[in-house]
Amino acid sequence: MARYTPPQQSKAGQIFDIAVVVVAIFVALWLPLKLGLAGAAKSIDPLDAKTWDALGQNATMASIWEKLGYTPETAHDVIQNHFHYIIDWPTLIIMAIVLIAYFVFLFRASDKEYREVINEKFDDK
Amino acid sequence: MTAAVETAQTTTIHGDRVSLLRVLGPAHVWALGVGIVLVGEFTGWNFSADKGGALAALIVCWIVGLLYTSVAMIDSEVTSTVAAAGGQYAQAKHIVGPLMAFNVALFLVFAYTMLEVSDAILLGDTIVAKAGVEGLTHNSFIAATIVVLAWLNYRGVLMTLNVNFVITAIAYVSIVILFFSVSPWTQGAVLKLNELVTPGNALPYGWIGVIAAFQFGIWYYLGIEGTTQAAEEVRSPARSLPYGTMAGMITLLIAAAMTWYVCASMMPWEYLGITYYPLWDAGKLSGSPLLENLLFIATLLSALASANGCINDAARAWFSLGRDRYLPSWFSAVHPKYRTPYRSILFLLPIALAFAFIADLNQAITFSILSGVLQYTFMSINIMMFRKKWPLGSIRRGYTHPFHPLPAIVLFCLCMVTFFAIFLGFGSQLIAMTVFYFLISLWFHFYRYKFVRRGDQFSMPWPKPQGY
Repeated sequence: MARYTPPQQSKAGQIFDIAVVVVAIFVALWLPLKLGLAGAAKSIDPLDAKTWDALGQNATMASIWEKLGYTPETAHDVIQNHFHYIIDWPTLIIMAIVLIAYFVFLFRASDKEYREVINEKFDDK
Repeated sequence: MTAAVETAQTTTIHGDRVSLLRVLGPAHVWALGVGIVLVGEFTGWNFSADKGGALAALIVCWIVGLLYTSVAMIDSEVTSTVAAAGGQYAQAKHIVGPLMAFNVALFLVFAYTMLEVSDAILLGDTIVAKAGVEGLTHNSFIAATIVVLAWLNYRGVLMTLNVNFVITAIAYVSIVILFFSVSPWTQGAVLKLNELVTPGNALPYGWIGVIAAFQFGIWYYLGIEGTTQAAEEVRSPARSLPYGTMAGMITLLIAAAMTWYVCASMMPWEYLGITYYPLWDAGKLSGSPLLENLLFIATLLSALASANGCINDAARAWFSLGRDRYLPSWFSAVHPKYRTPYRSILFLLPIALAFAFIADLNQAITFSILSGVLQYTFMSINIMMFRKKWPLGSIRRGYTHPFHPLPAIVLFCLCMVTFFAIFLGFGSQLIAMTVFYFLISLWFHFYRYKFVRRGDQFSMPWPKPQGY
Protein backbone atom coordinates (compact mmCIF):
# COMPACT_ATOMS: atom_id res chain seq x y z
CA MET A 1 0.00 0.00 0.00
CA ALA A 2 1.32 3.46 -0.91
CA ARG A 3 2.28 5.53 2.08
CA TYR A 4 -0.20 8.38 2.59
CA THR A 5 1.39 11.83 2.61
CA PRO A 6 -0.82 14.40 4.33
CA PRO A 7 -1.03 17.94 2.94
CA GLN A 8 0.86 20.72 4.72
CA GLN A 9 -1.52 22.98 6.59
CA SER A 10 -1.04 26.74 6.28
CA LYS A 11 -0.77 28.95 9.37
CA ALA A 12 -4.13 30.53 8.55
CA GLY A 13 -5.65 27.06 8.29
CA GLN A 14 -4.21 26.10 11.69
CA ILE A 15 -5.60 29.26 13.29
CA PHE A 16 -9.00 28.61 11.71
CA ASP A 17 -9.05 25.03 13.04
CA ILE A 18 -8.15 26.20 16.54
CA ALA A 19 -10.96 28.78 16.36
CA VAL A 20 -13.46 26.09 15.29
CA VAL A 21 -12.58 23.92 18.29
CA VAL A 22 -12.68 26.80 20.78
CA VAL A 23 -16.05 28.04 19.50
CA ALA A 24 -17.45 24.50 19.60
CA ILE A 25 -16.26 24.05 23.21
CA PHE A 26 -17.88 27.29 24.33
CA VAL A 27 -21.14 26.60 22.51
CA ALA A 28 -21.42 23.09 23.97
CA LEU A 29 -20.66 24.10 27.53
CA TRP A 30 -21.88 27.66 27.76
CA LEU A 31 -25.09 27.62 25.71
CA PRO A 32 -27.02 25.22 28.00
CA LEU A 33 -26.01 27.41 30.96
CA LYS A 34 -27.16 30.54 29.14
CA LEU A 35 -30.46 28.92 28.15
CA GLY A 36 -31.00 27.70 31.72
CA LEU A 37 -31.15 24.06 30.64
CA ALA A 38 -28.61 22.79 33.18
CA GLY A 39 -29.81 21.79 36.64
CA ALA A 40 -32.34 19.49 38.19
CA ALA A 41 -35.97 20.30 38.97
CA LYS A 42 -35.82 21.33 42.61
CA SER A 43 -38.47 23.40 44.33
CA ILE A 44 -39.55 24.40 47.81
CA ASP A 45 -42.56 22.65 49.33
CA PRO A 46 -43.59 25.36 51.82
CA LEU A 47 -44.83 24.67 55.34
CA ASP A 48 -47.08 27.01 57.32
CA ALA A 49 -45.66 26.07 60.71
CA LYS A 50 -41.93 26.79 60.75
CA THR A 51 -40.78 24.82 63.78
CA TRP A 52 -38.05 22.18 64.06
CA ASP A 53 -40.73 19.62 64.77
CA ALA A 54 -42.80 20.56 61.70
CA LEU A 55 -39.63 20.45 59.63
CA GLY A 56 -39.05 16.86 60.73
CA GLN A 57 -35.96 17.66 62.79
CA ASN A 58 -35.35 15.90 66.10
CA ALA A 59 -33.57 17.53 69.06
CA THR A 60 -30.09 16.48 67.86
CA MET A 61 -30.69 17.77 64.34
CA ALA A 62 -32.15 21.03 65.66
CA SER A 63 -29.14 21.62 67.91
CA ILE A 64 -26.75 21.11 64.95
CA TRP A 65 -28.75 23.46 62.73
CA GLU A 66 -28.52 26.06 65.50
CA LYS A 67 -24.76 25.48 65.83
CA LEU A 68 -24.53 26.13 62.09
CA GLY A 69 -26.34 29.44 62.59
CA TYR A 70 -29.80 28.48 61.34
CA THR A 71 -33.24 29.10 62.86
CA PRO A 72 -36.36 27.15 61.83
CA GLU A 73 -37.27 30.10 59.58
CA THR A 74 -33.91 30.21 57.75
CA ALA A 75 -33.59 26.42 57.61
CA HIS A 76 -37.10 26.05 56.13
CA ASP A 77 -36.02 26.78 52.54
CA VAL A 78 -33.08 24.37 52.83
CA ILE A 79 -35.02 21.51 54.37
CA GLN A 80 -38.13 21.88 52.22
CA ASN A 81 -36.23 22.32 48.95
CA HIS A 82 -36.90 18.96 47.31
CA PHE A 83 -36.13 17.23 44.04
CA HIS A 84 -39.15 16.07 42.08
CA TYR A 85 -37.90 13.17 40.06
CA ILE A 86 -40.11 12.78 37.01
CA ILE A 87 -38.95 10.64 34.12
CA ASP A 88 -39.55 12.63 30.95
CA TRP A 89 -39.77 9.69 28.55
CA PRO A 90 -39.46 11.62 25.23
CA THR A 91 -36.27 13.34 26.50
CA LEU A 92 -34.93 10.03 27.83
CA ILE A 93 -35.55 8.35 24.48
CA ILE A 94 -33.88 11.25 22.61
CA MET A 95 -30.92 11.04 24.97
CA ALA A 96 -30.60 7.28 24.45
CA ILE A 97 -30.83 7.64 20.65
CA VAL A 98 -28.23 10.43 20.58
CA LEU A 99 -25.83 8.46 22.80
CA ILE A 100 -26.21 5.22 20.86
CA ALA A 101 -25.91 6.97 17.49
CA TYR A 102 -22.80 8.78 18.69
CA PHE A 103 -21.05 5.63 19.91
CA VAL A 104 -22.05 3.61 16.82
CA PHE A 105 -20.67 6.32 14.52
CA LEU A 106 -17.57 6.63 16.67
CA PHE A 107 -16.68 2.93 16.55
CA ARG A 108 -17.57 2.45 12.87
CA ALA A 109 -15.70 5.52 11.63
CA SER A 110 -12.77 4.75 13.94
CA ASP A 111 -12.58 1.22 12.58
CA LYS A 112 -12.44 2.54 9.01
CA GLU A 113 -9.55 4.84 9.93
CA TYR A 114 -7.87 2.11 11.99
CA ARG A 115 -7.80 -0.24 9.00
CA GLU A 116 -5.91 2.42 7.02
CA VAL A 117 -3.44 2.79 9.88
CA ILE A 118 -2.90 -0.97 10.21
CA ASN A 119 -2.63 -1.49 6.46
CA GLU A 120 0.02 1.22 6.10
CA LYS A 121 1.90 0.15 9.23
CA PHE A 122 2.05 -3.58 8.53
CA ASP A 123 2.01 -3.71 4.74
CA ASP A 124 5.45 -2.08 4.77
CA LYS A 125 6.84 -5.23 6.42
CA MET B 1 14.69 -1.06 28.00
CA THR B 2 10.90 -1.41 28.20
CA ALA B 3 8.57 -1.19 25.27
CA ALA B 4 7.28 2.07 26.66
CA VAL B 5 10.70 3.65 26.68
CA GLU B 6 11.21 2.60 23.12
CA THR B 7 8.05 4.40 22.08
CA ALA B 8 8.78 7.69 23.84
CA GLN B 9 8.30 10.34 21.17
CA THR B 10 10.09 13.56 20.52
CA THR B 11 9.25 16.96 19.14
CA THR B 12 11.60 19.10 17.11
CA ILE B 13 12.27 22.56 18.51
CA HIS B 14 14.66 24.85 16.61
CA GLY B 15 16.21 21.80 14.99
CA ASP B 16 16.75 19.92 18.27
CA ARG B 17 14.86 16.75 19.17
CA VAL B 18 13.20 17.39 22.53
CA SER B 19 11.10 14.90 24.52
CA LEU B 20 9.25 14.89 27.85
CA LEU B 21 11.55 13.99 30.76
CA ARG B 22 11.38 10.54 32.41
CA VAL B 23 11.78 11.63 36.02
CA LEU B 24 8.74 10.31 37.92
CA GLY B 25 8.36 7.35 40.29
CA PRO B 26 5.37 5.52 41.87
CA ALA B 27 4.97 8.20 44.58
CA HIS B 28 4.48 10.83 41.90
CA VAL B 29 1.92 8.62 40.16
CA TRP B 30 0.08 8.24 43.48
CA ALA B 31 0.30 12.00 44.06
CA LEU B 32 -1.03 12.75 40.60
CA GLY B 33 -4.02 10.39 40.94
CA VAL B 34 -4.92 11.01 44.58
CA GLY B 35 -4.03 14.70 44.28
CA ILE B 36 -6.60 15.18 41.53
CA VAL B 37 -9.29 13.18 43.32
CA LEU B 38 -8.93 13.96 47.01
CA VAL B 39 -10.74 17.29 46.63
CA GLY B 40 -13.83 15.14 45.98
CA GLU B 41 -13.86 14.24 49.69
CA PHE B 42 -13.67 17.91 50.65
CA THR B 43 -16.54 18.94 48.37
CA GLY B 44 -18.77 17.44 45.70
CA TRP B 45 -19.49 13.93 47.01
CA ASN B 46 -21.92 15.43 49.50
CA PHE B 47 -24.19 16.67 46.69
CA SER B 48 -25.11 13.00 46.34
CA ALA B 49 -26.74 13.31 49.79
CA ASP B 50 -28.83 16.14 48.37
CA LYS B 51 -29.86 13.91 45.47
CA GLY B 52 -30.87 10.88 47.53
CA GLY B 53 -30.19 11.30 51.26
CA ALA B 54 -27.28 10.32 53.52
CA LEU B 55 -27.68 6.58 53.03
CA ALA B 56 -27.78 7.02 49.24
CA ALA B 57 -24.43 8.84 49.52
CA LEU B 58 -22.97 5.79 51.30
CA ILE B 59 -24.47 3.29 48.84
CA VAL B 60 -23.04 5.16 45.86
CA CYS B 61 -19.70 5.55 47.68
CA TRP B 62 -19.44 1.73 47.62
CA ILE B 63 -20.98 1.08 44.20
CA VAL B 64 -19.09 3.88 42.47
CA GLY B 65 -16.02 2.59 44.32
CA LEU B 66 -16.63 -0.66 42.44
CA LEU B 67 -16.89 1.30 39.17
CA TYR B 68 -13.53 2.95 39.82
CA THR B 69 -11.90 -0.26 40.98
CA SER B 70 -12.86 -1.64 37.56
CA VAL B 71 -11.44 1.52 35.95
CA ALA B 72 -8.17 1.16 37.87
CA MET B 73 -7.83 -2.54 37.04
CA ILE B 74 -8.54 -2.06 33.34
CA ASP B 75 -6.43 1.08 33.12
CA SER B 76 -3.49 -0.56 34.85
CA GLU B 77 -3.39 -3.37 32.32
CA VAL B 78 -3.76 -1.23 29.22
CA THR B 79 -1.54 1.63 30.35
CA SER B 80 1.27 -0.58 31.59
CA THR B 81 1.29 -1.94 28.04
CA VAL B 82 0.56 1.26 26.07
CA ALA B 83 2.65 3.71 28.06
CA ALA B 84 2.62 7.03 26.20
CA ALA B 85 1.66 10.62 27.03
CA GLY B 86 -2.08 11.12 26.71
CA GLY B 87 -2.94 7.95 28.67
CA GLN B 88 -6.32 6.71 27.45
CA TYR B 89 -5.80 8.72 24.27
CA ALA B 90 -2.77 6.63 23.34
CA GLN B 91 -4.73 3.49 24.25
CA ALA B 92 -7.61 4.45 21.94
CA LYS B 93 -5.20 5.26 19.12
CA HIS B 94 -3.61 1.83 19.25
CA ILE B 95 -6.71 -0.23 19.98
CA VAL B 96 -9.80 1.46 18.45
CA GLY B 97 -8.68 4.08 15.96
CA PRO B 98 -7.83 7.76 15.42
CA LEU B 99 -11.38 9.16 15.70
CA MET B 100 -11.91 7.43 19.03
CA ALA B 101 -8.54 8.72 20.20
CA PHE B 102 -9.52 12.25 19.22
CA ASN B 103 -12.75 11.95 21.23
CA VAL B 104 -11.04 10.40 24.24
CA ALA B 105 -8.52 13.25 24.33
CA LEU B 106 -11.40 15.73 24.29
CA PHE B 107 -13.12 13.79 27.13
CA LEU B 108 -9.89 14.08 29.10
CA VAL B 109 -9.40 17.76 28.40
CA PHE B 110 -13.01 18.60 29.29
CA ALA B 111 -13.07 16.43 32.40
CA TYR B 112 -9.81 17.85 33.75
CA THR B 113 -10.35 21.45 32.75
CA MET B 114 -13.80 21.54 34.33
CA LEU B 115 -12.43 19.77 37.40
CA GLU B 116 -9.75 22.46 37.59
CA VAL B 117 -12.51 25.08 37.32
CA SER B 118 -14.43 23.41 40.17
CA ASP B 119 -11.28 23.37 42.30
CA ALA B 120 -10.62 27.05 41.71
CA ILE B 121 -14.24 27.96 42.56
CA LEU B 122 -14.04 25.87 45.75
CA LEU B 123 -10.78 27.51 46.77
CA GLY B 124 -12.15 31.01 46.13
CA ASP B 125 -15.39 30.34 47.97
CA THR B 126 -13.60 28.76 50.94
CA ILE B 127 -11.33 31.77 51.37
CA VAL B 128 -14.26 34.18 51.05
CA ALA B 129 -16.27 32.19 53.62
CA LYS B 130 -13.34 32.15 56.05
CA ALA B 131 -12.62 35.86 55.61
CA GLY B 132 -16.27 36.82 56.20
CA VAL B 133 -15.63 40.27 54.73
CA GLU B 134 -18.63 41.94 53.14
CA GLY B 135 -18.17 42.63 49.44
CA LEU B 136 -15.22 40.26 49.04
CA THR B 137 -15.74 38.06 45.98
CA HIS B 138 -14.00 34.87 44.92
CA ASN B 139 -12.94 36.18 41.49
CA SER B 140 -9.41 37.29 42.32
CA PHE B 141 -8.68 34.05 44.21
CA ILE B 142 -9.95 31.96 41.30
CA ALA B 143 -7.83 33.88 38.79
CA ALA B 144 -4.72 33.72 40.99
CA THR B 145 -5.12 29.97 41.56
CA ILE B 146 -5.45 29.11 37.88
CA VAL B 147 -2.65 31.43 36.72
CA VAL B 148 -0.12 30.46 39.42
CA LEU B 149 -0.70 26.73 38.94
CA ALA B 150 -0.42 27.09 35.17
CA TRP B 151 2.93 28.82 35.72
CA LEU B 152 4.06 26.00 38.01
CA ASN B 153 3.14 23.45 35.33
CA TYR B 154 4.91 25.54 32.72
CA ARG B 155 8.11 25.41 34.80
CA GLY B 156 8.38 21.62 35.06
CA VAL B 157 6.61 18.37 35.82
CA LEU B 158 8.92 17.16 38.59
CA MET B 159 8.49 20.31 40.68
CA THR B 160 4.73 20.26 39.97
CA LEU B 161 4.28 16.72 41.20
CA ASN B 162 6.65 17.12 44.13
CA VAL B 163 4.43 19.98 45.30
CA ASN B 164 1.38 17.78 44.70
CA PHE B 165 2.83 14.94 46.75
CA VAL B 166 3.38 17.16 49.79
CA ILE B 167 0.04 18.98 49.74
CA THR B 168 -1.94 15.83 48.94
CA ALA B 169 -0.31 14.02 51.85
CA ILE B 170 -1.15 16.89 54.23
CA ALA B 171 -4.78 16.98 53.04
CA TYR B 172 -5.11 13.21 53.40
CA VAL B 173 -3.59 13.17 56.89
CA SER B 174 -6.08 15.87 57.94
CA ILE B 175 -8.98 13.49 57.15
CA VAL B 176 -7.33 10.76 59.23
CA ILE B 177 -6.73 13.20 62.11
CA LEU B 178 -10.35 14.38 61.99
CA PHE B 179 -11.58 10.77 61.95
CA PHE B 180 -9.62 9.76 65.04
CA SER B 181 -10.28 13.05 66.85
CA VAL B 182 -14.05 12.54 66.89
CA SER B 183 -13.84 9.12 68.60
CA PRO B 184 -15.23 7.03 65.74
CA TRP B 185 -15.56 3.99 68.02
CA THR B 186 -18.11 5.83 70.23
CA GLN B 187 -21.52 7.04 69.19
CA GLY B 188 -23.25 9.82 71.15
CA ALA B 189 -20.27 11.90 72.24
CA VAL B 190 -19.38 13.73 69.01
CA LEU B 191 -20.78 11.45 66.34
CA LYS B 192 -24.55 10.93 66.33
CA LEU B 193 -25.23 8.80 63.29
CA ASN B 194 -28.27 7.02 64.78
CA GLU B 195 -29.98 10.32 65.51
CA LEU B 196 -29.12 11.98 62.20
CA VAL B 197 -29.69 9.10 59.79
CA THR B 198 -32.97 7.52 60.82
CA PRO B 199 -35.24 4.99 59.07
CA GLY B 200 -37.49 7.92 58.19
CA ASN B 201 -34.87 10.08 56.45
CA ALA B 202 -32.17 7.64 55.26
CA LEU B 203 -33.59 7.45 51.72
CA PRO B 204 -35.97 10.42 51.44
CA TYR B 205 -36.63 9.86 47.72
CA GLY B 206 -36.49 6.06 47.80
CA TRP B 207 -34.38 4.10 45.29
CA ILE B 208 -34.79 6.66 42.50
CA GLY B 209 -32.82 8.98 44.80
CA VAL B 210 -30.05 6.37 45.09
CA ILE B 211 -29.79 6.21 41.31
CA ALA B 212 -29.84 10.03 41.06
CA ALA B 213 -27.03 10.13 43.64
CA PHE B 214 -24.71 8.32 41.20
CA GLN B 215 -24.20 11.65 39.42
CA PHE B 216 -22.25 13.13 42.30
CA GLY B 217 -21.09 9.78 43.68
CA ILE B 218 -18.66 9.82 40.76
CA TRP B 219 -17.02 12.77 42.45
CA TYR B 220 -15.68 10.58 45.26
CA TYR B 221 -13.08 9.21 42.83
CA LEU B 222 -13.23 11.17 39.55
CA GLY B 223 -9.77 11.60 38.06
CA ILE B 224 -7.90 8.56 39.47
CA GLU B 225 -7.44 7.44 35.88
CA GLY B 226 -5.33 10.58 35.42
CA THR B 227 -2.32 8.61 36.63
CA THR B 228 -1.90 7.33 33.08
CA GLN B 229 -1.24 10.81 31.72
CA ALA B 230 2.23 10.67 33.21
CA ALA B 231 3.05 7.45 31.33
CA GLU B 232 5.70 9.05 29.17
CA GLU B 233 7.37 10.81 32.11
CA VAL B 234 7.55 7.78 34.45
CA ARG B 235 10.89 6.00 34.80
CA SER B 236 9.34 2.52 34.87
CA PRO B 237 5.76 2.64 33.50
CA ALA B 238 5.09 -1.11 33.72
CA ARG B 239 5.78 -1.06 37.46
CA SER B 240 4.95 2.47 38.58
CA LEU B 241 1.60 2.95 36.85
CA PRO B 242 -0.27 -0.11 38.18
CA TYR B 243 1.33 0.29 41.60
CA GLY B 244 0.58 4.03 41.87
CA THR B 245 -2.95 3.68 40.49
CA MET B 246 -4.03 0.76 42.68
CA ALA B 247 -2.42 2.30 45.79
CA GLY B 248 -4.26 5.52 44.96
CA MET B 249 -7.59 3.71 44.65
CA ILE B 250 -7.13 1.97 48.02
CA THR B 251 -6.21 5.29 49.61
CA LEU B 252 -9.32 6.92 48.20
CA LEU B 253 -11.71 4.14 49.23
CA ILE B 254 -10.47 4.52 52.82
CA ALA B 255 -10.74 8.32 52.69
CA ALA B 256 -14.26 8.19 51.19
CA ALA B 257 -15.52 5.79 53.88
CA MET B 258 -14.03 7.90 56.69
CA THR B 259 -15.40 11.11 55.19
CA TRP B 260 -18.95 9.77 54.86
CA TYR B 261 -18.96 8.32 58.36
CA VAL B 262 -17.77 11.52 60.03
CA CYS B 263 -19.91 13.93 58.00
CA ALA B 264 -23.13 11.88 58.08
CA SER B 265 -22.66 11.53 61.86
CA MET B 266 -22.20 15.25 62.41
CA MET B 267 -24.75 17.12 60.26
CA PRO B 268 -28.31 16.64 58.99
CA TRP B 269 -28.48 15.31 55.44
CA GLU B 270 -30.31 18.38 54.16
CA TYR B 271 -27.37 20.56 55.19
CA LEU B 272 -24.76 18.01 54.15
CA GLY B 273 -26.30 18.00 50.67
CA ILE B 274 -25.85 21.72 50.07
CA THR B 275 -22.68 22.73 51.87
CA TYR B 276 -19.58 23.42 49.78
CA TYR B 277 -17.27 22.40 52.65
CA PRO B 278 -18.52 19.25 54.43
CA LEU B 279 -15.18 18.37 56.04
CA TRP B 280 -14.44 21.92 57.10
CA ASP B 281 -17.97 22.07 58.58
CA ALA B 282 -17.25 18.81 60.41
CA GLY B 283 -14.12 20.46 61.82
CA LYS B 284 -16.18 23.44 62.97
CA LEU B 285 -18.89 21.24 64.53
CA SER B 286 -16.26 19.26 66.45
CA GLY B 287 -15.78 22.35 68.60
CA SER B 288 -12.01 22.23 68.21
CA PRO B 289 -10.45 25.40 66.70
CA LEU B 290 -7.40 23.29 65.80
CA LEU B 291 -9.48 20.85 63.76
CA GLU B 292 -11.47 23.68 62.21
CA ASN B 293 -8.32 25.44 61.00
CA LEU B 294 -6.67 22.20 59.92
CA LEU B 295 -9.68 21.26 57.78
CA PHE B 296 -9.87 24.77 56.36
CA ILE B 297 -6.23 24.57 55.25
CA ALA B 298 -6.70 21.00 54.01
CA THR B 299 -9.71 22.07 51.90
CA LEU B 300 -7.54 24.70 50.23
CA LEU B 301 -4.64 22.29 49.75
CA SER B 302 -6.86 19.58 48.27
CA ALA B 303 -8.28 22.09 45.77
CA LEU B 304 -4.77 23.26 44.88
CA ALA B 305 -3.46 19.71 44.43
CA SER B 306 -6.40 18.75 42.27
CA ALA B 307 -6.21 21.84 40.05
CA ASN B 308 -2.46 21.33 39.74
CA GLY B 309 -2.86 17.72 38.58
CA CYS B 310 -5.69 18.66 36.24
CA ILE B 311 -3.60 21.28 34.45
CA ASN B 312 -0.85 18.68 34.10
CA ASP B 313 -3.22 16.07 32.61
CA ALA B 314 -5.34 18.31 30.37
CA ALA B 315 -2.22 19.87 28.85
CA ARG B 316 -0.71 16.47 28.09
CA ALA B 317 -3.87 15.25 26.37
CA TRP B 318 -4.02 18.45 24.29
CA PHE B 319 -0.29 18.18 23.54
CA SER B 320 -0.78 14.63 22.27
CA LEU B 321 -3.52 15.80 19.89
CA GLY B 322 -1.13 18.36 18.42
CA ARG B 323 1.76 15.91 18.17
CA ASP B 324 -0.31 13.49 16.11
CA ARG B 325 -1.72 16.38 14.02
CA TYR B 326 -5.29 15.67 15.16
CA LEU B 327 -5.18 19.36 16.04
CA PRO B 328 -2.72 21.93 14.64
CA SER B 329 0.82 20.75 15.31
CA TRP B 330 1.61 24.10 16.93
CA PHE B 331 0.32 22.59 20.20
CA SER B 332 2.94 19.85 20.16
CA ALA B 333 5.80 22.12 21.16
CA VAL B 334 7.89 21.08 24.17
CA HIS B 335 9.58 23.88 26.07
CA PRO B 336 13.29 23.76 25.19
CA LYS B 337 14.39 24.47 28.77
CA TYR B 338 11.60 23.14 31.04
CA ARG B 339 10.63 20.21 28.76
CA THR B 340 6.89 20.79 29.33
CA PRO B 341 4.01 21.05 26.80
CA TYR B 342 3.95 24.80 27.42
CA ARG B 343 1.76 25.90 24.51
CA SER B 344 -0.97 23.48 25.51
CA ILE B 345 -0.74 24.72 29.11
CA LEU B 346 -1.06 28.34 27.98
CA PHE B 347 -3.86 27.61 25.50
CA LEU B 348 -6.09 25.92 28.09
CA LEU B 349 -5.49 28.67 30.68
CA PRO B 350 -8.05 31.23 29.32
CA ILE B 351 -10.64 28.49 28.74
CA ALA B 352 -10.41 27.47 32.40
CA LEU B 353 -10.58 31.10 33.51
CA ALA B 354 -13.63 31.80 31.35
CA PHE B 355 -15.63 28.86 32.72
CA ALA B 356 -14.57 29.61 36.29
CA PHE B 357 -16.42 32.90 35.93
CA ILE B 358 -19.54 31.72 34.06
CA ALA B 359 -20.34 28.35 35.69
CA ASP B 360 -21.22 27.64 39.30
CA LEU B 361 -19.68 24.81 41.31
CA ASN B 362 -22.15 22.01 40.69
CA GLN B 363 -22.48 22.88 36.99
CA ALA B 364 -18.69 22.74 36.56
CA ILE B 365 -18.64 19.44 38.47
CA THR B 366 -21.36 18.05 36.19
CA PHE B 367 -19.46 19.07 33.03
CA SER B 368 -16.48 17.19 34.37
CA ILE B 369 -18.52 14.12 35.38
CA LEU B 370 -20.20 13.96 31.96
CA SER B 371 -16.92 13.75 30.10
CA GLY B 372 -15.58 11.31 32.68
CA VAL B 373 -18.50 8.89 32.24
CA LEU B 374 -18.22 9.03 28.43
CA GLN B 375 -14.59 8.09 28.87
CA TYR B 376 -15.34 5.18 31.23
CA THR B 377 -17.89 3.85 28.74
CA PHE B 378 -15.13 3.84 26.14
CA MET B 379 -12.77 2.06 28.57
CA SER B 380 -15.18 -0.80 29.16
CA ILE B 381 -15.38 -1.48 25.41
CA ASN B 382 -11.70 -0.73 24.83
CA ILE B 383 -10.47 -3.51 27.15
CA MET B 384 -12.69 -6.07 25.38
CA MET B 385 -11.20 -5.03 22.03
CA PHE B 386 -7.68 -5.04 23.49
CA ARG B 387 -7.99 -8.63 24.72
CA LYS B 388 -9.59 -9.70 21.41
CA LYS B 389 -6.99 -8.06 19.15
CA TRP B 390 -4.01 -9.10 21.29
CA PRO B 391 -4.97 -12.13 23.43
CA LEU B 392 -2.94 -12.92 26.55
CA GLY B 393 0.49 -14.18 25.57
CA SER B 394 0.57 -12.41 22.21
CA ILE B 395 2.29 -9.28 23.59
CA ARG B 396 4.16 -8.41 26.78
CA ARG B 397 1.84 -6.82 29.35
CA GLY B 398 3.17 -4.91 32.37
CA TYR B 399 0.15 -6.05 34.37
CA THR B 400 -2.78 -8.38 33.62
CA HIS B 401 -5.98 -7.65 35.50
CA PRO B 402 -7.95 -10.62 36.92
CA PHE B 403 -11.56 -11.73 36.34
CA HIS B 404 -11.80 -10.41 32.77
CA PRO B 405 -14.43 -9.62 31.41
CA LEU B 406 -16.26 -9.05 34.73
CA PRO B 407 -14.69 -5.63 35.49
CA ALA B 408 -15.51 -4.43 31.95
CA ILE B 409 -19.15 -5.57 32.25
CA VAL B 410 -19.52 -4.01 35.71
CA LEU B 411 -18.00 -0.78 34.44
CA PHE B 412 -20.27 -0.63 31.39
CA CYS B 413 -23.44 -1.31 33.44
CA LEU B 414 -22.54 1.28 36.07
CA CYS B 415 -21.84 3.84 33.33
CA MET B 416 -25.36 3.27 31.97
CA VAL B 417 -26.82 3.82 35.45
CA THR B 418 -24.77 7.02 35.77
CA PHE B 419 -26.01 8.29 32.40
CA PHE B 420 -29.54 7.81 33.70
CA ALA B 421 -28.62 9.62 36.93
CA ILE B 422 -27.25 12.55 34.94
CA PHE B 423 -30.42 12.53 32.83
CA LEU B 424 -32.44 13.06 36.03
CA GLY B 425 -30.71 16.38 36.63
CA PHE B 426 -28.77 17.45 33.59
CA GLY B 427 -30.41 15.59 30.68
CA SER B 428 -30.34 18.58 28.34
CA GLN B 429 -26.68 19.17 29.17
CA LEU B 430 -25.86 15.54 28.41
CA ILE B 431 -27.64 15.73 25.04
CA ALA B 432 -25.91 19.06 24.22
CA MET B 433 -22.48 17.67 25.03
CA THR B 434 -23.07 14.44 23.11
CA VAL B 435 -24.24 16.46 20.09
CA PHE B 436 -21.05 18.52 20.42
CA TYR B 437 -18.90 15.37 20.41
CA PHE B 438 -20.90 14.03 17.46
CA LEU B 439 -20.42 17.21 15.39
CA ILE B 440 -16.74 17.58 16.25
CA SER B 441 -16.29 13.89 15.31
CA LEU B 442 -17.84 14.57 11.90
CA TRP B 443 -15.45 17.52 11.52
CA PHE B 444 -12.49 15.30 12.40
CA HIS B 445 -13.47 12.30 10.29
CA PHE B 446 -14.41 14.17 7.13
CA TYR B 447 -11.94 17.09 7.30
CA ARG B 448 -9.20 17.09 9.92
CA TYR B 449 -8.13 13.47 9.49
CA LYS B 450 -6.57 14.29 6.11
CA PHE B 451 -3.67 15.97 7.97
CA VAL B 452 -2.89 12.80 9.95
CA ARG B 453 -0.04 10.47 8.96
CA ARG B 454 -1.71 7.05 8.88
CA GLY B 455 0.99 4.53 9.73
CA ASP B 456 2.57 6.79 12.37
CA GLN B 457 -0.51 6.39 14.56
CA PHE B 458 0.63 2.92 15.55
CA SER B 459 3.93 3.24 17.38
CA MET B 460 3.92 0.16 19.66
CA PRO B 461 6.25 -2.74 18.77
CA TRP B 462 3.35 -5.20 18.62
CA PRO B 463 2.29 -7.75 16.00
CA LYS B 464 -0.62 -7.03 13.68
CA PRO B 465 -3.91 -7.12 15.60
CA GLN B 466 -6.05 -10.24 15.14
CA GLY B 467 -8.88 -9.74 12.65
CA TYR B 468 -7.02 -7.16 10.53
